Amino acid sequence: MRILLLFLALFASMPALAIVEQADVMPADFDNPEQKARFRALTEELRCTVCQNQNIADSHASLARDVRRQVLNLIKQGKSDEEVVDYLVARYGDFVRYRPPFDARTAVLWLGPFVFLLVGLWALLAFIRRRNREQTASVLDAEEQVALQKALNALKDHDASAGGDK
Amino acid sequence: MITQLGHFSLVLALGIALLQAVLPLAGAQTGNRQWMGVARPAAQVQFVLLAIAFASLVWAFVNDDFSLLYVASNSNTAMPTIYKVSAVWGAHEGSLLLWAFILAIWSLAVTIFSRSLPLVYVARVLGIMGLISVGFLLFMLLTSNPFEAIFPAPFEGRELNPLLQDPGLAIHPPMLYMGYVGFSVAFAFAIAALLGGRLDAAWARWSRPWTTAAWIFLTIGIVLGSWWAYYELGWGGWWFWDPVENASFMPWLIGTALIHSLAVTEKRDTFKAWTVLLAIFAFSLSLLGTFLVRSGVLTSVHAFATDPERGLFILVFLGVVIGGSLGLYAWRGKQIRSSGSFALLSREMLMLLNNMILVGLAAGTLLGTLYPLVMDALTGEKISVGKPWFDFIFMVVSPFLILLTGLGPLVRWKRHDRAELLRSLRVPAVVTVLSFIVAAAVFYAGDSPAFKVALGLALAIWIVATLMDNLLGKFANRRMSLAGLAGLGGGYWGMWLAHFGLAAFITGVTVVSAFAQQDDVTVRPGDSVTLAGYSFRFEGVTETRGPNYTAQRGSVFVYRDGKLIAELEPEKRVYSNAGMPMTEAAIDSNLARDLYVSLGEPLEDGSWLMRVYYKPLQSWLWWAGGLMALGGILAAADRRYRRILRREERQRENAQALLEELLDEAGAARVGGSN
Repeated sequence: MRILLLFLALFASMPALAIVEQADVMPADFDNPEQKARFRALTEELRCTVCQNQNIADSHASLARDVRRQVLNLIKQGKSDEEVVDYLVARYGDFVRYRPPFDARTAVLWLGPFVFLLVGLWALLAFIRRRNREQTASVLDAEEQVALQKALNALKDHDASAGGDK
Repeated sequence: MITQLGHFSLVLALGIALLQAVLPLAGAQTGNRQWMGVARPAAQVQFVLLAIAFASLVWAFVNDDFSLLYVASNSNTAMPTIYKVSAVWGAHEGSLLLWAFILAIWSLAVTIFSRSLPLVYVARVLGIMGLISVGFLLFMLLTSNPFEAIFPAPFEGRELNPLLQDPGLAIHPPMLYMGYVGFSVAFAFAIAALLGGRLDAAWARWSRPWTTAAWIFLTIGIVLGSWWAYYELGWGGWWFWDPVENASFMPWLIGTALIHSLAVTEKRDTFKAWTVLLAIFAFSLSLLGTFLVRSGVLTSVHAFATDPERGLFILVFLGVVIGGSLGLYAWRGKQIRSSGSFALLSREMLMLLNNMILVGLAAGTLLGTLYPLVMDALTGEKISVGKPWFDFIFMVVSPFLILLTGLGPLVRWKRHDRAELLRSLRVPAVVTVLSFIVAAAVFYAGDSPAFKVALGLALAIWIVATLMDNLLGKFANRRMSLAGLAGLGGGYWGMWLAHFGLAAFITGVTVVSAFAQQDDVTVRPGDSVTLAGYSFRFEGVTETRGPNYTAQRGSVFVYRDGKLIAELEPEKRVYSNAGMPMTEAAIDSNLARDLYVSLGEPLEDGSWLMRVYYKPLQSWLWWAGGLMALGGILAAADRRYRRILRREERQRENAQALLEELLDEAGAARVGGSN
């Protein structure tokens, strides 16, 4: 699915296999499984700012490695998830988080789909009501009904006689 | 020589496309039958020309003709032949040619399967497809020619991105494009109907199998892409809400809405204006997707500036197609009259709600995809909109859609009695609520998000329960038999399977998101890691060679209760040319769970980083997608269409014969009179 994008990434520099020049976060660095899980969840919601569209958890870029190290350090310092994210946002901007903050700039983003649906629902109901009203209004009154019935009967007779001709 | 022939065919195809667009459309407006008659042969000739162009590009790749810049940039002699072929559509220029070729295939199909349609209508449909073809061929020849030569030709080419050297990727783009481009047929049918002022049940019936066919391809294409990402990218995920993924998902959402709305238009002669609008949107989003992905604008809004020619062409082309068709819609749409009336509780109403939600989800996806681009362009500020946002929107909205999925088939057209509906819903509703309570109670003990799991499972059960209710209801007054089941028809079973597939998909997503486990470990040969009751023993790594790469192949034995159940061989590959490391995950998959191992980097002390996943019900996602596609196939193949088409064909032939007879008589009379 990400084929096309990855093709573009082909020309971006990619680190070669092996030789981890700077200490990446290693499985042994975690104090306990809970810490590992928290680290995993956090780094999955953070964006590698120099990559095409990859999170910190899965990127091989050296920047991602740095951020992983920072995140683990902050966790070990006892910072909450929110504090970790705030720290990174202060350094790299909002671009670094995949969960955009809710503020004046992103209100349309967060509320847009729901407003769209509510307005759509309202328009739909209004449309159906109007439609039903129009159709009720166009229903014939008693006199017209009689006239229509007469016309229909005449047509039927005509058909019958035409059929008889054959 | 052969590539020159290909290039020449491409230029010639542009000429024919112009002919196919202008003459039939003009003929249809003026009533000139000879001009209209040009449409079919022109589309067929165009197909032959583009087939030649496409085949010669394939030939150039297979025979390593590096005198073409495109071949030299995307292929080399060491690549296996299958990847030389799939490299044809591995990058911008070739994928455009594939697009144009697939458009020619669909056009050819229209010329073959449209015998029962009025000539004026066929002329318009093919004329519009010709116009689209003109746009694509012009774009290719002016800005992105795959036949562009380089001199002197290099001895060796670069390489196709190793990620793309995979069987999944060989078939994913053609499938996706068959879907994208297939919506051009639905689009052309809608525009032709607008032009002719003939929007009726017949139009919807003609259009339905085509739309469903396109939807089937798109569904398969998306599932293949997701599956490929899952096993090839090594991060164990199957959907990232990447703009490229969204580009294929938006037309799918609109296409799904369109399929439902076409059903209403055909059966109840209503929603016509809305259906036309959906057909326009589905194709517009397909175009937008093709171009968004290819223009580089997703990487950065500044990509437009570095390649202004392509960017400008894209903008103008999109503007002409979308603006033109919406303009036509605004102009002619007022004449559309829908006749069928319906009550608030009726299948029509539920279909409208379904459409509203699907369109809302597509609009939401578009918003999330474009928001960062627009914001960057307007304010220069960069933000990211990723998985957490999309997950949130879909998690809140889709449950309503799923409720409707269950309800829709149970409710009658036009009007349904509320008390009766409540009565028939008693069993499915009780089953659903009970399963919610049970699931919530069972999973509450664990630390998993019990509410989400219970909701997901209950919604899946809701669909299945209402489907069963619906099926049994068909046999309320007679014995169920095989003949009776078959007699329900392709359309019914198509709906049934597709909805069942949706239920399976929801189950899979719910379970795998909540209960997947993973671990990252450092291992030396002989080390074991245990996950979800499975013990993964790392046996070591051996060096192997592929045709154009060297690989470190790990060996991992998986034990459960001391019994060996799988031998997995994850690889780390380095492709000779690109020098870029590639992860080849190894997966042991069955209906209950996937065990997934990928190798990380080797460390200096000789140990390896390894990632292991336990993914319950992961494979449900793929076969659920397959069920949806199968449902589409059954619906499109419904014999009803062929029966009606045959009848219409016969009627048309009779009318034609009668007309000719009359003309002859009139001619004879005139001759007689003048004497």
